[in-house]
This record gives sequence, C-alpha cells and structure tokens, in this order.
Amino acid sequence: MGEAILQMKGISKFFGDMAANDNVNFSLEKGTVHGLLGENGAGKTTLMNVLFGLLKPDGGTIFIEGNPVTIHSPAQAMELGIGMVHQHFMLVPTMTVTENVMLGLHLPKFPLLNPSLVKQRINELSQQFALDVDPDALISQLSVGQQQRVEIITALYHETTILILDEPTAVLTPDEAKELFVILRTLKAHGTSVVLISHKLEEIIAIADEVTVLRNGELVGFTKIDKEVTRKEDLSAMMVGREVSFDFKKQKGTSMHEVLSVRELCVNNERGVQALDHMTFTVRRGEILAIAGVDGNGQKELCEVLTGLRQPGSGAITLNGNDITQASPKQINELNVAYVPEDRQKSGLIMDWDISKNLVLKNFRKKPFTKGLFLSKKEMDEAAEQAVEAFKIKTDQVSTLVKNLSGGNQQKVILARELATDPDLLIVSHPTRGLDIGAMEYVRSILIAKRNAGVGVLLVSADLEEIFQTADRILVIYNGRVMGIVNPDVGIQKVGQMMAGITTGEAHA
Amino acid sequence: MTLDFIISLLGGTLRTSTPILLAALGQIYTQKSGILDLSVEGTMTVSCLAAFVAAFYSQSLFIGMLVAVVVGLMYSALMAFLCITIKANQVIAGTALTMLGTGLASFMYRVIFGIRELPPVIKSCQNLDFGFLSRIPIIGPILFTHNITIYIALGLVVVTWFVMNKTVFGLEVHAVGEYPRAADSKGIKVSVIRYASVLLGGMYSGLAGASMSLGFMNTYTDHMIAGRGFIAIAVVVFARWSPVKALGAALLFGGANTLQMRMQSIGVDIPNQLLQALPYILTVIVLLGVSKHVNFPAAFGVPYSRKDN
Repeated sequence: MGEAILQMKGISKFFGDMAANDNVNFSLEKGTVHGLLGENGAGKTTLMNVLFGLLKPDGGTIFIEGNPVTIHSPAQAMELGIGMVHQHFMLVPTMTVTENVMLGLHLPKFPLLNPSLVKQRINELSQQFALDVDPDALISQLSVGQQQRVEIITALYHETTILILDEPTAVLTPDEAKELFVILRTLKAHGTSVVLISHKLEEIIAIADEVTVLRNGELVGFTKIDKEVTRKEDLSAMMVGREVSFDFKKQKGTSMHEVLSVRELCVNNERGVQALDHMTFTVRRGEILAIAGVDGNGQKELCEVLTGLRQPGSGAITLNGNDITQASPKQINELNVAYVPEDRQKSGLIMDWDISKNLVLKNFRKKPFTKGLFLSKKEMDEAAEQAVEAFKIKTDQVSTLVKNLSGGNQQKVILARELATDPDLLIVSHPTRGLDIGAMEYVRSILIAKRNAGVGVLLVSADLEEIFQTADRILVIYNGRVMGIVNPDVGIQKVGQMMAGITTGEAHA
Repeated sequence: MTLDFIISLLGGTLRTSTPILLAALGQIYTQKSGILDLSVEGTMTVSCLAAFVAAFYSQSLFIGMLVAVVVGLMYSALMAFLCITIKANQVIAGTALTMLGTGLASFMYRVIFGIRELPPVIKSCQNLDFGFLSRIPIIGPILFTHNITIYIALGLVVVTWFVMNKTVFGLEVHAVGEYPRAADSKGIKVSVIRYASVLLGGMYSGLAGASMSLGFMNTYTDHMIAGRGFIAIAVVVFARWSPVKALGAALLFGGANTLQMRMQSIGVDIPNQLLQALPYILTVIVLLGVSKHVNFPAAFGVPYSRKDN
C-alpha cells in the first residue's frame, strides 16, 4: 500500500472545441479499488480510454510504476498489464467462452488455434479469483453476470495488474452486483489494482478505497472513502456541483379509484413463446405502481399490449371502465393514455425531425395544429416554445433536430409531448436509463408531480433505487408472472430476491 | 439398364455438383465474415472464360486454372473494395458486378475469338485412373473415374472445414461476421479479415468457373454458368455455413440437374423446359423451407464503421 502503480498527470483530450478531459490528474495505488465518479459526459470513460490506448491524449503524461509510458493501442496497454472491461460486453454470443477469450491472442501454434492452453488458463483464473466460469459454455447461454465474469477473465488473461471496469453494475441485479464486489475484493487481495467507473454513489462508498470525481472534463475532487464517514450527499454535491435531493416529498393517501385494470393477461412474444403469464393488477389514480424486474421478463410485451401495439392472447384490460383489450393504439391514445417507451431513440422520437414536429406527433390531427389539409407550422412552433420553457429543454431553437440533443433533453421532449394532453394513465418504461443524475432527478420529480396531481403512473424499471424513491406499490415480474405486489417497506433486498425469482415468505399488497 | 442408369446418375451427380460445391465453399468464408457476395455468378463467368482463354493459348490446363484463380481474386477484389472500403450496399454492388461479369465475358470472347463456324475447343481435363480402385464394381465408376477438379473440390471441403474450425483466421472470420466491434476491440482488423474472406471466396469462385470450361466442357459458351453462382449462395445458407453439409447440399442440386439431363436423354414424357427448371425450382423450395430457421451471422450485410454505435 502507499505506492502509486499508475499516475496520469495533466491529461487533456479535446473533441473539436470541447474538452473531454482538461488537465486531469489521476493516481492509483497498488492493491486498491479506486472509484472514478462523474455524471454522463464528465470525461470518465475518455480518461480510461486514453489509458487503454483507445484515444490519443492531446496533453499529459502517463506513468506506470514511476516510468513514463506512451500507450498507442489496446494491445500495448495489455502488455503493460492494463485490462479493461467495457460497459457493453465485447463477447461474440455464438462462440464459447474459450473461443472468445482466445480472440486476438497470439499463442504458440499460431496460425492454428490452441484451445487446450486457453482452457487451462481460464480454469486457473476461474479458480484463483472464484469466478466460476465454464470454458465450454456458449456465451448466449450465460447470464449477464456470468458474461461479465468472462470479460473479467479476458482482461486478466495476461498478467494484469490494473483492471478498469466501466460501469460494471449497470446491467446487474443487486445480487449479481454483490457477487461482483466479492470478486473485486479477491482481486484486491491478490494485489490487482482496480479502477471502477461509476455514477452510482452507493457502490463507490461500498467498495472503493479512494475516489476521484470528474465534472465537465475537469478534476473536481479526490478523497479517501471511509464507509462510516463518507456521505452520499457529499459525493453527489461534488459530482453535480450542487445539492441533489434524494428524498422526494410525497403526498400521502392514494385514492381507490382504478384507472387501469388488467385481468389474467396472457401474451406471446414474436417467437411464439409465452411472455406474459396470467398477469393481474390494477393502477389507481394518484399512485405510482412500479413494475420491477430484470430486463426481458415480459416488461416490453406488457407495455406494448397496454398501448395497443401488441395483440393479447387472452385476458382483459379495462381503462376507466372501458374495455381496451382489442383497442388500437390510436383509440388508446384518445382515451388519455400517455406512453414513454423504453427505447427513446427508436420508438419515442423521430430522430431526424426537429423538436416542434416531435412534440405534435400525438395530436397533429387536432386543432390548432392542423387547418384543413395542412399543418400550421406557426402554431406548432409556438406550442414547442412553451414546452421547451416548461420542461427546461436545453436548446437554442425549436427547429433543432432531436438527434442533436443529449439523452436527458430527448427524454424531456417525450415527456413534454406525452404530458401535453393531461393523461389519466402514464406508462413509462426505464425513463432514466442512461441519463445523468441531474436529468434523472428531474424526470423522477415529474413522475411524482403527476402522481400528486392524480394521474395513475405505471413505471417499468430495473433500477431499484428509482423504484424505491418513487413507487407506492411494487409489482415484481419474473418470467412473465407476477411474483408479488409489495409495499416499498419490505426493503430493497427482498425485492431484489423476488426479481431473481426467489420466493421466500408471502407477498402482501 | 437400371444399375447402369443409377451408376451413371450418381457419377454424373458428383460431376455436376463440383462447380456449385467449389463456389459454395468459398462463400462460406465470405458469408461468415458478414458479407453477402452476389457477384459470385459474375466472378464465375469471367473466370470461366479466363480459364478457357489461358488454356487455349498456353495449351496447359494447369495455367488455365491458375489464371482463373487469379482472375477470380481480382474480380472479387472489386466487390471487396465496393462493400468494405466504400461501404456500398452489398446487394446492389453484387448484382451490378454479376451483370458486368456476364456482359464482359461475352464481349471479351467475341473480341478474342471473333465469330467462327466451329467454336474453339481445348483438350479438357482427362479422367484420372486410380488403377484397381477405378475397377471396383459400382463404387469405381461412381467415385474413381472423374477428372481432377472433382477431387480438388472434395479436398477443399476438408481444407475449408479445417481453416474455419481449427485456425486463428477461421475464428476471426466468425467473430468479424457476428460482432465486428468485439473483434475490433481485441485488435483484430475487421476490414483486413473481410477483404481476405471475400478474396478467398473469389479464388474459389475462379476455380469453380474453371471447372466448367476445363473440366465439365472443353469450350466456353455464353450462359455456361447459368445461375450456378446463385445456387451456390443458396447452398451455403442451406448448409448453414458448414463445409461438410455444403457437400451434401451441392450433391442434392447436382443430383437434380443430372436427373433432369438423364430423363431428357431417355425421353421421359415431360416437357424438357420443365425438366431444365428442376434445379432452380429446388433452390426456391429449399430456401423457402430453410431460411426461416437459419441464424445468419449477426452482422450479415452490414458494413462496419468504428464511429457508429
């Protein structure tokens, strides 16, 4: 302890005029876990891509064990003992673990493959760090957590002393994240130094020894972590540059008036496999019902059925007493249902259109936007100006194409459109995925505000923090079935277990 | 008559399936790397002529084949350049090159040989004699009385299987076709692997073209390839990119073709146009049946660029 294995001094990297990194210093001590904290776009990934040889810095020097080095390529970085686990897994799903690890390696017997050698090394590493990876398994058959361990093995294959993990828990269930932390501690115990890129404060406090905070490409803080003393609020203030509220004031007392009622709903997915299995639940006015679950357990199909995009197999859906089981998207839309889809770029917006056109996508048929056969650009732009103002969309003009907006501002455009017509039911799917902490806070506050105004909100999310901040009731979905509908006071752990399909004890509404 | 008929049918099947098999084996590399190469038909036509011209003037079948392979490589380099470097639409690039190839071959043939009363011919590949093997009853005439191209094709089944399954290059081809970004992140040059795969496919197509004019026939005529390049593409999909299965699929198509020829020659009472259409009808049926259940390489037909997400 105490000696720096890696030092990055005065690193600068410019994309055009924008400084992604501006004179950033970073120092990593041997055998520690170092958190690299910052919002999206703060320059964390840029800094690590410079270290891994993916980007060429415009200024600054890197020292490894005190010696200055220039790193031109990932291959060279690996030779220097640096390994990186990317946020999006770089694994070929149709190949086995061994084949994936073998990719890009130059081994004895080249140009022939040498699977037995690689398999042996995988087993060694798997045992040494308790990774539990089967070298012969197909990637597509592994869970996300297991795939991540394969990535870690790939990164460790050479004698790796510095391991970079880019947002590793973003795709994991709470239990899988815990397993990852156990692995990180084992690595630490073996003397490996770990850089953990994250914007999740809890996990930095839970696992990191030290933390470096970046904001807008600049270094804004460095501190040692003491689990007893370090507060989430201090780190978040450093990260965002102001105090962030994690407690949303909720008005108590939900009405018993049902907006949406779903009975025994069964739906098949496009491959003909049952995606929803006899789902029954209700959403009341003035409440947020959260659908918690790991991705791919039927959430997508549920949203599609409720908005008329997919035909249900059997069961009944009623909205304010009207049967909408067989209704078209247009009919459902006219019954005051607002929908914020999961993939805002593919299904939420038309990326090549400007803000004002995207804002009238749902009601361009109505006055005042249409006059006879023609659309009124003037009315559209005026309405758009108001929406930009009301929802704090950061843009110079309403004729900006939405593809040129940041993720947070894109989401605000969708919210502005969907909430323009005072909905009775608001269906939102992963509304803050990929957003920075400021935008996240804003979106969640809008959900709460709408709830308080008496809208029924159905929130589909895999982010338990978000669910526990906002939800009145939590429906846990697993394999298309309702695992249970619980109140938030059962605790995050219990819900996490239910998401993994573990049924212990009774569920209570 | 029946035994002789069956022996000649099976032996003929092996011969007629050879050009399809050769082209299909090459397309296994190309398609596995993520590229749909519809220029195969054109490459085969151009190489078919090149092989004939080279053999005609050099009086050497070996030089004819060599030239066909080189021409196949060069012609497919055009395809590789268009769809890898320029990132053109692969369907359009391939179709255009097939049209260009068939037109170019006809044109060059006229330029070189002019109009003659009797077409120029060469002494085509002779059937090999395997001694006692060729004289084994039934098996001998079916398996051991063919010219060299058939045995080259069978040998390449093994070679292609080995390269795809046992070498670093084969693994890299697979990775590049499934998830080019992952390959890129591991230091594999996506465009280099794709170029190599298209060029290899072109060399196999060149050999396939040569097997038509030097092995199957002893001359060149227009429309000699007659859709075999497209059938080869179908064979690759039908065989799910497996060289061994490609052999089986090519034999199926070759069998259909031989059957219709034999039926014509013994005068079956079916219009000969319908019989000639048999292999093509089979192609349509097979593709209809199979294409729904086939897992194409994930990046099939998609150009790779580091910038796109």
